[in-house]
Amino acid sequence: MAWFKKKEVTPKERKKGDALWSKCNVCNEITYKKELERNLNVCPKCSYHFPISAQKRLAIVLDEGSFRELDRGLTSVDPIHFRDTKRYSERLKEAQRRTGLKDAFVTGSGKVHDSPAMMGVFDFGFLGGSLGSVVGEKIARMVEKAVEERVGVIIFTSSGGARMQEGILSLMQMAKTSAALSLLKREKLPYISVLTDPTTGGATASFAMLGDVIVAEPGALIGFAGPRVIKETIKTNLPPGFQRAEYLLKHGMIDLIVERKQLKEILGQLLDLLYH
Amino acid sequence: MVRHYLDFERPLMEMEREYEELQRFAHRDDPRVLARIKKLQNRIAKVRKEIYSQLTPWQKTQLSRHIDRPHTLDYIHLVFEDFMELHGDRGFMDDPAMIGGLARLEGETVVVVGHQKGRDVKEMSYRNFGMPHPEGYRKALRIMQLGAGFRKPIITMIDTPGAYPGVGAEERGQAEAIAHNLREMATILTPIIGVVIGEGGSGGALAIGVGDRILMMENAIYSVISPEGCAAILWRDGAKGPLAAEALRLTASDLLKLGVIDEVIPEPLGGAHCDYQAAAAKLKEALLRHLEELRDVPEERLLPERYQKFRRMGAFMEE
Ligand SMILES: [Zn+2]
Repeated sequence: MAWFKKKEVTPKERKKGDALWSKCNVCNEITYKKELERNLNVCPKCSYHFPISAQKRLAIVLDEGSFRELDRGLTSVDPIHFRDTKRYSERLKEAQRRTGLKDAFVTGSGKVHDSPAMMGVFDFGFLGGSLGSVVGEKIARMVEKAVEERVGVIIFTSSGGARMQEGILSLMQMAKTSAALSLLKREKLPYISVLTDPTTGGATASFAMLGDVIVAEPGALIGFAGPRVIKETIKTNLPPGFQRAEYLLKHGMIDLIVERKQLKEILGQLLDLLYH
Repeated sequence: MVRHYLDFERPLMEMEREYEELQRFAHRDDPRVLARIKKLQNRIAKVRKEIYSQLTPWQKTQLSRHIDRPHTLDYIHLVFEDFMELHGDRGFMDDPAMIGGLARLEGETVVVVGHQKGRDVKEMSYRNFGMPHPEGYRKALRIMQLGAGFRKPIITMIDTPGAYPGVGAEERGQAEAIAHNLREMATILTPIIGVVIGEGGSGGALAIGVGDRILMMENAIYSVISPEGCAAILWRDGAKGPLAAEALRLTASDLLKLGVIDEVIPEPLGGAHCDYQAAAAKLKEALLRHLEELRDVPEERLLPERYQKFRRMGAFMEE
């Protein structure tokens, strides 16, 4: 099930609020943007890990200059001519303009502390990191490429789930990506899944939970059904910390929680341990 | 059995009730009654044809969820012999929203798994409205792998509103359970045929929907999200379900065009619930035919072809 909240921000508010300062989703602390960036987009007060762009993510974890992007030209089409209050084709164009990306997922080869791997990174800023045909195709291709080059795969997820605007084809990307990962498993190549805030819906119920090792950033929301839907269904309050990374660790669903500033170090170690 | 009419079937309701009454109580040697019966018959046939030959996606959605629609166990009893239900995921519990077991299809042992809905209030609640917990997916996979170990073909029947949005289901990893099924079903080395018999609701449906053939009953739906859920998010109004049903392209004929399913199995006029025997006979015919075809696929080609089937799904441009 796909769900993502769309925060309506007027251009005026954007200008006023977003230009220099960022407000933390958790503790409401307002931080000078430059400072936040120096802190890898982690709130200096409560250490909430803000979603970051694909580009920033790659800069944080990869050895400098090691990234070679793949399948850059893959672009979404509007296969079922979907229209709600707006056309899907228009939503796509807007997202492309806003992010400078073709779709919500960037792939390529790179190195983490000298260990090579295929990297895939979601950009939540592009239609909530939703899983559509382009994302599915890129995951399948990067996995097939990893098999070809005998390297592992790391995917950083931040996704609201399946991209409803592509209808059933978006659901099928779950099967497609999971089937691709079965090849990696057969070839005994490692897959590390990194769950970042938020990882929900169809992304979670496919590639994101299939890591040989599953790592999460602190506080990340991770689940299949969204908390609001669950609350409406069961009509009681949710347990404290429900669907947060720490809760999943306690319930045995993930391997590690790693702070963003440690992430490169840990991923490098994991690859090294699994490769040699 | 009391017939349950859907809103769009109203025009039929009065006529059919009158017809039944005349049949039961009237003096049938009265020529005026006979004429009335004859006239009603013709009129009913005409209206039925009008209504059911141009069902909207929303009307099909309603039919796919019809309370009298045949469920997995109904088809199992009509299509197979010697069904032996097996239970439990060997981890936590037996999930009644998902059933599975061994059965014979024209003498051949097969594995059958499927979502199970209830028909009365008590059974609906017992079956959790056909919404599995993680244990349901895990049980389904266990039984499929058990069958594959003995080289038995697998038939899955999909009929669920979706995964259950509950605390326990999340705590015990329903996302992981679904994902695991998707990956493992891509590697099961016996033929798998999936049939959407009613409601194919998102990940909970797909969790038993990876196979060599995916078939759909004519009035079944298969969707990434329920029309109501989609409407609530994109239109911010759950009552816009009929609009969303239209936009999502969730009918069997849509999915055939999109290349997601292999065949649409025709239903009797008015829907599968109007004639269980006829619906089951069509399903059985299709299953036998596809199993026969799959029997001819050499083992070393089965998995690559299944992989390619799903690998091809999607639409994009490449610059
Ligand atoms: Zn904070």
